[in-house]
Amino acid sequence: MKSTKFSPMTQEQIDKKWWEIGNYFRRNSLWMLMYCTGCCAIELPPAMTSAYDMERLGMGPMATPRQADVLLVTGYLSLKTLRRLIYTYEQMSEPKYVVGFGSCTINGGIYHDSHAVINKLDQYIPVDVYVAGCMPNTEAVMNGFTDLMGMIKNKTARGWLDYKERNDWYKKNQLDSLGEVLVHDEFHE
Amino acid sequence: MVVNILVGLGVALFGFVLQTAMGGINRKIVARVQKRIGPKWYQEFIDIFKLFSKRSVSHGWIFDFGVIMALGGIIATAMFMPVTANIIAFEGYDNFFIFVYLLAVGMLGMAMSASGSGNPLASIGVMRALTTMLAYEVPFMIVVMTIIKLTGGTSSVSEIAAFQQIAGNNWFIIALPLGGIVAIISLMGMLGKKPFETYIAPAEIASGPMVEYGGKQLGMLFVMHEITVFIEVSLFIHLFLGGAATLGVYLLKYFLVYTALNLISSVYARFKIDQVVVFFYKWPLFMAVTQAIIAIYLGWVI
Ligand code: SF4
Repeated sequence: MKSTKFSPMTQEQIDKKWWEIGNYFRRNSLWMLMYCTGCCAIELPPAMTSAYDMERLGMGPMATPRQADVLLVTGYLSLKTLRRLIYTYEQMSEPKYVVGFGSCTINGGIYHDSHAVINKLDQYIPVDVYVAGCMPNTEAVMNGFTDLMGMIKNKTARGWLDYKERNDWYKKNQLDSLGEVLVHDEFHE
Repeated sequence: MVVNILVGLGVALFGFVLQTAMGGINRKIVARVQKRIGPKWYQEFIDIFKLFSKRSVSHGWIFDFGVIMALGGIIATAMFMPVTANIIAFEGYDNFFIFVYLLAVGMLGMAMSASGSGNPLASIGVMRALTTMLAYEVPFMIVVMTIIKLTGGTSSVSEIAAFQQIAGNNWFIIALPLGGIVAIISLMGMLGKKPFETYIAPAEIASGPMVEYGGKQLGMLFVMHEITVFIEVSLFIHLFLGGAATLGVYLLKYFLVYTALNLISSVYARFKIDQVVVFFYKWPLFMAVTQAIIAIYLGWVI
């Protein structure tokens, strides 16, 4: 006789459960890749060392994109670095998250009228959390990281899925600004 | 036979759990040294399970196969490791040279897989790892040969441990003080602790052999690394600290050795690769040869 108490879960529900368990591990062990392009990067040393100690949240710096979970874009991005950033983002292993620092990534900040930098980062790669300020306080940076952890818990950190779903839109924006995304230098040819 | 294999796998699993927990505790201790709060003690478990929950790319089958070979080779090595005098999977096969040769299988698997990724930094890292190995093995081997000579020609790890527990014999770290120092330095080289961390060097060659790994392959390499540390620290405990009669003594010795190494490593900066080789071939080699001569030919053993 079939048990009436435990109705068997569908494959979808099982997947969901596994994903939730995975989310617990993912949010408690965020390894960062710091893409230190702008002056906001100076907020990271106090966040990492004894003043704010992000290791207690399980976060730590990693050396290469493949190992990292979260990409920190710290400040303005010139067109040249945007190419490298897109390369870097696409190399990271999924699930991956992006945190944008400073007003420069939100709307261009004080460089909004410069011809050499991009204004809105989320037109090129999906951004999960923005930390506003020029430059943001270290408390704000830490707050951004806990926000990201909360978003992973609520399953709202869906940037990497969005990048897959609307890939055409992102690619079109990238091409509009850059002409071509390919990097031409001695390492890539 | 089946029971032996199960016990061996149990030893490998025990080593993994023990070293992962110790690693987390030690991250906490090092954080306290640096006036930080530090991660949770089970942070390393979270890290490893997170890596297994990620998706990863492959760089060809050599890349994938090498990782499995590395992990398998290391688990096979750990199966032979005696934990205490009673917990030992294959009685009579815990020969020191078995560990030396089987450890190489794991290392070569990792080297193969890393070069399979095609990244130049990975090749540099592998080359540096092998060079460091060449540097620390010579003085370490001389000291271990001295011990084998003193124990009357047995190279079984558990018999060497039992020899030190006989009344009238000291632990070899006391009996051979120079050799003990050499062993500690070599152990730091084996574990890749700070002054000899050249082949990882995150800021210099982007974590060397691990540069192209992400997700599941990196998770397997982490498991492999934890078991390797377990094997190397256990070898040190059995050869130099008189082994362990009970599990409690073993855990205590393990904790003390690993924490001491971490504390030493937390105050040092990194050597360059040529400095590592010159260092090992200068003082540790000199001390090891001196120790061998005064212990074997002059018979001065404390
Ligand atoms: S937001 Fe301000 S501090 Fe940050 S990169 Fe831009 S100009 Fe620099």
